[in-house]
Order: sequence, then C-alpha cells, then structure tokens
Amino acid sequence: MLPLPPGVPTAVPVTYYLILSAILFVIGGAGFLYRKNIITVFMSIELMLNAVNLSFVAFAYKFNKADGHIYSFFVMVVAAAEAAVGLAIILTVFKNRQTLEIDDIDSMKL
Amino acid sequence: MPTNFMPSTEEYFRILPELILTLAGVLIMFLEALRKEGQKSNAGGVTLATLVAALIAAVMAGGSPGPAFHDMVFVDGFGTFFRILVLVVGLLTVLSSQSYLERHDAQIGEYYGLLLFSLVGQSLLCVSNELMMVFIGIEISSIASYIMAGFLRDDKRNNESALKYFLLGSFATAFLLYGVAWIYGITGTTNIDGIRQALLNNLPAVPLPAVGAAAALMLVGFAFKVSAVPFQAWAPDVYQGAPAPVSAFMSAGPKAAAFAVFTRVFLTAFGPIANRWEPILWIVALATMIVGNFAALTQTNIKRMLAYSSIAHAGYVLVAIVAHSEAGTAAVMFYLASYAFMNVGAFAAIVDYSRRNEKFVNISDLAGLGQKQPFTASMMTIYMLSLIGVPLTAGFFGKFYIFKAALESDLIWLTVLGLLNSAVAAYYYLRILVVMWMHEPGEAAESAPEASFGVKAVLFGSALATLVLGILPSLVLDFANRSANIIK
Repeated sequence: MLPLPPGVPTAVPVTYYLILSAILFVIGGAGFLYRKNIITVFMSIELMLNAVNLSFVAFAYKFNKADGHIYSFFVMVVAAAEAAVGLAIILTVFKNRQTLEIDDIDSMKL
Repeated sequence: MPTNFMPSTEEYFRILPELILTLAGVLIMFLEALRKEGQKSNAGGVTLATLVAALIAAVMAGGSPGPAFHDMVFVDGFGTFFRILVLVVGLLTVLSSQSYLERHDAQIGEYYGLLLFSLVGQSLLCVSNELMMVFIGIEISSIASYIMAGFLRDDKRNNESALKYFLLGSFATAFLLYGVAWIYGITGTTNIDGIRQALLNNLPAVPLPAVGAAAALMLVGFAFKVSAVPFQAWAPDVYQGAPAPVSAFMSAGPKAAAFAVFTRVFLTAFGPIANRWEPILWIVALATMIVGNFAALTQTNIKRMLAYSSIAHAGYVLVAIVAHSEAGTAAVMFYLASYAFMNVGAFAAIVDYSRRNEKFVNISDLAGLGQKQPFTASMMTIYMLSLIGVPLTAGFFGKFYIFKAALESDLIWLTVLGLLNSAVAAYYYLRILVVMWMHEPGEAAESAPEASFGVKAVLFGSALATLVLGILPSLVLDFANRSANIIK
C-alpha cells in the first residue's frame, strides 16, 4: 500500500458518512414519491432503510460501541422479511391486473 | 461476559404472552401444512384457546411488573392494559372471521397464524421500552397485517389494499427508523428512559435542532401508523379494500398498540422537549379531527365511512396526548378501549351482511335492516350512538375524559373545536340509523342471511362492553388512572 501524503487524514470523518446517509435517505424518499413503477418504489424504500443502516453503523463507530452494528443487522433481517412479503403482494397485484404502473392501481376512489 | 447474562425465569415470565402467541402461531402453520385434503381446519378453536391463554399470561405478567431482557421490555400497568386490549381485539376478530373465511373458501389456518403473529408484534409494542424493540414490534405487527389485508389474493380490491398498506407502511417505518438512528447518535442510547435522562441531564449541551429533527421523523412514522393528518391517506383505501374482519382488526388492534407506544415515547423520552412538539401535535390533532369528520360526511361505502371515522377518532386521542398529563394518559387508555369495542362491533355487523365478495357494503344497502334483522340493527345502533358520544355509552365517557383532561391542561380552543367536530360527526352516524330503521327494506335486507354464531357473539359482546363502559366507566378508568404514570 502506498503511504498517504502528509496532511491527508487516515480515516474518513463520521460526518461524511452521516451526510451520505442523509443524501441516500432523501434519494429514497424522492424515489418513493415520484417513481411510477411499483418495483422501483419498493427499491426506494429499501434504499431508505439502508441509508438508516449507514447512520447506525457510523454512530456505532463514533461511540466505539457494538449496539449500533447489531441494530443494523436487525434492520437487515426486517428488510428481508419485508421484501419477501412485499414482492409476494406485488406479484399478486401483477397477476390480477397485468400492470405495475402505480397510477393504474386506483379502483377505490372517493 | 457479565455474570447476569442469562435471563432469569421471571424475565421469560414477563414476555410469556408473546411466547405463547408465537409458539401457537408456528404450530398452527405446521398443522395446516399437515392437514389432509377435505379435512376441516380446527385452527379457529386453537387460536381462541391460545388467545385466552395469552390473556391469562398477560394478566399474570402484569401482576409482577418490572423490566426484562436488559430493559428492552418493561411490563407496567400501562403496557398490561394495552396488551389485554389488543388480545381482546384479537379474540373478537377470530370470532367474526370464521364465517367470512368459510364463505370465501380462504386458507383458514394461515389466516389465524398471521393474526397471532400480528398480535405478537402489537403485544410486544405495548411493553417495549427500547426504540429498537418499538421498530421490531411495529414490523412484526405490520408485516403480518399486510398479508391479512390482501388475504383473498384473487380479489382486486384486496390486492390493492395490501399493496397500499405495504408501500405506505414501510415508507413510514423508514422514517421512524431514521429518527431512531438520530436519537441513538445524539444520546448514545435507544432506551426510552435513557433518552429522557440524557435529554434532562444535558439539555443545554444537546443540539436541540437535531433532537427536534429526530422527534419529527419519529412523529411522521407514528402519525402514519395511527392515521393522523397529513399521513392519513392510506387508511380509507386500505380499510375499504381489505376483508371486513381484517378492517375491524386493523382499525382497533394495531392502532391501539401504535397509540400506546406513541404515548410512551413522546411523554417519556421526548417529555423534556415537550414545549417543542406540543404545538405541532396540537395542529395535527385538530386537522385529523376535521379531515376525518368532514370527509366521512359524503361517503357512501360503510367501510370507507368507518375508515374516515377512525381517522377522526385518532384526532380525539391525539388531543389527550397533547394534554400531556396523567389524566390525559388515562383518557387515551380509556378512549382506545371503548373505541376498540364500538369500532370492531360496527365492522362485524357487515361481515356476514355483505355476502360473498362484499356485495352489499353501501350505506343504502342497510335500508330496512331494522325490520329484517332487529338484533343486528339494535347492536349497530348502540355502536353508532357510542361513536357519536351519547351518554350511557362508552363513547360518551371516552370523549368526556379526553376533553376534561384537555381543559385541565388549558387547551380551551382545542376542546371547543373538538366538541364542534363531534357535533358534525353526529350527522353521518345518525344517517346510518335513519337508513336502517326508517327506510323500506331493499334487495340487500330482503335476501340477508342470518348472521353466524361467531358474529352474533361479537356483536353482543362489543355492545355489552360498550354499555358497561358507558354506565360503569370506573371499572376501566380506575385501572387506567392507577397505571397512567408511565414516566418513571
């Protein structure tokens, strides 16, 4: 490994991770609100959850404690369960309607 | 490794209701897989027995209050109250589901298994003392109810209901979780009491905007779960599209559990910054009441109307949370108990009446129900009067204690506007009574089958509970007052 030039910090500061996490969270939220395909909307939610994971891990690194790392595992397990159920629901919707456009799913209106 | 790493028997005892529910849920799933073709499923009976056992366990666990599993769970009177409430809602749901499931040739075992799993999450929510447990409880409860909302998977409305519930529910959870991450980052703990202590001890040093942002993110998550404005849009579609017994369940059980944890987190953990969130919640409570009541006025579908009504009732409960006092907490508990009975009852009345594929779910379809089925119509009358808040019903005392607590906390305008709102609400509940009793029987009432035994039991039980709470409110209120001191 090449030695780092003098003056370059050896570790990325925690705030950078937090800013990245916030950006990812906002991208996920925007994707949820503006995307029209159900699968993409679902991916946006996963992105938001992973942004949260990044925050947890960054904070745990800052505190030098293990709990934040463990929380991120909890989140991953829950996200996996959610994906299993969510994709099954999306599949039944597709089977009944032959569409994945979110604007077409509107049989119930005022 | 610390010496006290192994949990004691007492700690397992404190989560016994969840253990019973989980084991029985898994067992039912297995039995269903082993069941032979054409053999009748007895999952309903097993579920009923499980719920009774879990209720006994919840009462016994409530008898020895205390923390468990390194403060992850704290069993107190408040938690026990809501635990019992969600289990009773579960019981009523089981009784009202059987005939509906048989009529639609649905997978009965899986339904009850999912119901039990959902109750595990809600029961855990009621006693969780840790934001991570709150997250996991919400998810256990939600993931099972996403499937239940779309249980009849060939029905288009069921699919749509499940999809909307799932997408918006997960979106809300992500917000909640991001709030938890920030709180963890600011205070270094996710324990609810720990957060309170951290905020109290170094309030000047704590970055208030960051705490406020975290609280706001969590507020978004909770507001979704209790269907408060501006995050209420999913509720009407989901309640309308889901099977009627599931709508009954979702509008009472998960909502009560979500309110329990909402109250606990905001009054305990965020109590030190109450002056920051109270004005926001004031506006949210008022907007929720107004939107719920005014949107309900024009509905033609009963389930959709009840969905808007449940939004309005969430607004009343929020008023009690804004009051931020022990009387307010007791009012939250009493109101959610009385609301659960009247709402489950109202949904149960249409479970059998709606027929296959929920053909008759419009308010006009109830025409002449009073002549054809006086029992169902009388029970429905009790629920509607209670939802309005007429004296001698649970709804009256529920509203009375909420607005009393609000007045004691000097929320005069909120009280006045809330009372005006409940006057508006009288219109759409009374309309159902008029249609039921004064209109000539139409096609729906002429061909209506007799309600099944289970549904009748639910109708009678909920009506009885509504009246008992309305005549002897002290039965529940005394307990609520004793256990309203959730701030430790």
